[in-house]
Amino acid sequence: MLLGPALGLSAVLFSLGVAGVLLRRNAIVLFMCIELMLNAVNLSFVALAQLHGASGYVMVFFVMTVAAAEAAVGLAIIIGIFRHKQTVDLGNINLLRG
Amino acid sequence: MMASMIWLAVALPLLGFLINGGLALRRPQAKDAVSVVGVGVLVASFVVSAAVFLELRAHPPHQPIVVNLWRWLPVGSLQIDMGFQVDQLSAVMLLVVTGVGSLIHLFSVGYMKADPGYARYFAYLNLFVVFMLVLVLGSSFPVMFIGWEGVGLCSYLLIGFWFSEKANADAGKKAFIVNRIGDFGFLVAMFLLWYSLGTLTFTGMVTKAPALLPAGGAAVTAITLFLFLGCTGKSAQIPLYTWLPDAMAGPTPVSALIHAATMVTAGVYLVIRTNVLFALAPFSSTIVAGIGALTALFAATIGLKQYDIKRVLAYSTVSQLGYMFLGVGTGAYASGLFHLATHAFFKALLFLGAGSVIHSMHHAYHATHAHADAQDMRNMGGLKQYMPITFWLMLIATLAIAGIPPFSGFFSKDEILAAAFARGETAPIFLLFYAMGVLAALLTAFYMARLMAMTFLGSNRTGERERAHLHDAPWVMTGPLVVLGILSAVGGVLNLPPFLGGGAALEHWIEPVTAPAAAFFRLQMPHGNTELFLVGAAVLVGLVGLIAGWKATLRRPIPTAADAPADAGFARVLYRKYYIDEIYDAVIVRPLVWLSRFVLWKGVDQGVVDGAAVNGTAKLSRGLGWLGSRLQTGQVGVYVVLFLVGALWILHSVVR
Repeated sequence: MLLGPALGLSAVLFSLGVAGVLLRRNAIVLFMCIELMLNAVNLSFVALAQLHGASGYVMVFFVMTVAAAEAAVGLAIIIGIFRHKQTVDLGNINLLRG
Repeated sequence: MMASMIWLAVALPLLGFLINGGLALRRPQAKDAVSVVGVGVLVASFVVSAAVFLELRAHPPHQPIVVNLWRWLPVGSLQIDMGFQVDQLSAVMLLVVTGVGSLIHLFSVGYMKADPGYARYFAYLNLFVVFMLVLVLGSSFPVMFIGWEGVGLCSYLLIGFWFSEKANADAGKKAFIVNRIGDFGFLVAMFLLWYSLGTLTFTGMVTKAPALLPAGGAAVTAITLFLFLGCTGKSAQIPLYTWLPDAMAGPTPVSALIHAATMVTAGVYLVIRTNVLFALAPFSSTIVAGIGALTALFAATIGLKQYDIKRVLAYSTVSQLGYMFLGVGTGAYASGLFHLATHAFFKALLFLGAGSVIHSMHHAYHATHAHADAQDMRNMGGLKQYMPITFWLMLIATLAIAGIPPFSGFFSKDEILAAAFARGETAPIFLLFYAMGVLAALLTAFYMARLMAMTFLGSNRTGERERAHLHDAPWVMTGPLVVLGILSAVGGVLNLPPFLGGGAALEHWIEPVTAPAAAFFRLQMPHGNTELFLVGAAVLVGLVGLIAGWKATLRRPIPTAADAPADAGFARVLYRKYYIDEIYDAVIVRPLVWLSRFVLWKGVDQGVVDGAAVNGTAKLSRGLGWLGSRLQTGQVGVYVVLFLVGALWILHSVVR
């Protein structure tokens, strides 16, 4: 069993995703980082399913479905923003400033 | 039992008020219906009152008959019934109010005939009678207070009846506000009574007061002084009399009913009703008598130099009310009540007579489109020729008020003066009050003779063209005058003194009411030569005053109001009423307005309430909101960092 290395890889991928979200300002890259985090979670689900039964696999399918929907909606929003502002740099998108 | 039906006497005018009020709102032109209802309910109420009076006379009760209608305020140990008290005193007041009231209502039918507010006028007048009857019938202080406030309201409404002119509306407000000061006294007295006696009914007061209140003590003195403050407001005594002369802005029958015959005597009634308290507080009684004597003299001097016929009568009323307070303050409660009744007759007659004169003058000026003052006596003169009936009737009233025998005022005024003189034996200050009363009587005769001479005698100054329009009023107006004239002439038989073969009927009649006071203090009236001397002096003073007033007025021709030069010297001070209104304005009104505007309004209201409390709270919330809004940068990155920190913190505290 490769449970330890699998969870370790998952943690590394997740941390990379978090770091990307925190540090990058391009909306598309940010989006990809979120996908990275989701898939890191998927990896840990699959790995842990070896121990705890099939519910982990089921959860992976849920996550993939939600991620697909999220990607569709998110990309649509980014395209909308780009049409409006001619940029996807998050530094310039601050309409909700108090 | 007729006495248990006494509520009818109140309910009938109330019904009249409701019907007339409805008509005023829906059918203001239905004047015939208004007249029938307005006068009819009063006459019916008079019939009920007379029936009650006759029953009381047939079976005089020693205890007041209290008719409780319903429980009004049951609050813990304070149980106040909506109750009417029928006894000898309220029966007399009932007859005066409904009797004189009926006559004045009838007079109003003619006087107000052309007024567009006819229905409204009668609605108010009926409502006034309702409250006046509640005032004199109430079996406890709170019930009496309903009437006390109610008559004040109706007085306000009727003084400002022609409210489209600002002066009239102002006079109404003045009456209301000045009365509020007196009402404050009444209320405080009521609280103190409840505190010290635990009861507010008149019957309870009579039984408990002698046991619980030490005679001459601070408690009873405070209660009676506060009660008297209420009286000075309602009955126009110094220092709160200033509203009454201004109240003449209302229609003349209103002046006759409210501001001469009934409402303004409520204070005298209150003192008689609470005679047990005043007997326990000799100091307060002396104050009452002193204020009465001072007011009688003071107002009489102002009356000497007024030119408005109604204003002369108004100051005369203030002065005569002073006599009544002199009487009741001296302890001669029956004499005070007697003067109240005779004054109601002759002063109502004088006012209604003046009303007839004004009515006629007004018509004359209206017919020729002149704009002279229809109430200024300088524009009258020689009216005897044109209005003989009014002249002779008013002459009766003049002789009555001047104290000429055998007219009614002679008996009542003489009794009051004699009582003050008699009291002087034990309390010398009453001799001073007596002297002031005699001097006031001289001045009364003087200004009444002046009024009659300026109005009815000499040559006419109204104007060539107007003269043809001057005539006596129609019978609906002169009829009540005739009845009042008879009452003014023979009213003295109510309380004919023993030395003229009378039995002092009124005095014996109200003995059960004044018995509690008599238990402490019995006034020894003068007898024999002293009495005859006092009577002689009073008559002499009256005659001298009348002749002097008559001679002085007709000594030289009187210029009309438009041509008259301004008065100079002391006459000017009298004409301007000792500048009392101006002094009150400078000493009380202006400082109060200044305090209200610059301290209470701009300082407290705008500064503290608006500035600190209302706007301060708003500013505080806005500041906190501004601080919170600093977190909302709009930068997704910042949100993510915060989110991450939060998530880690939660994770940390859950997992450990």
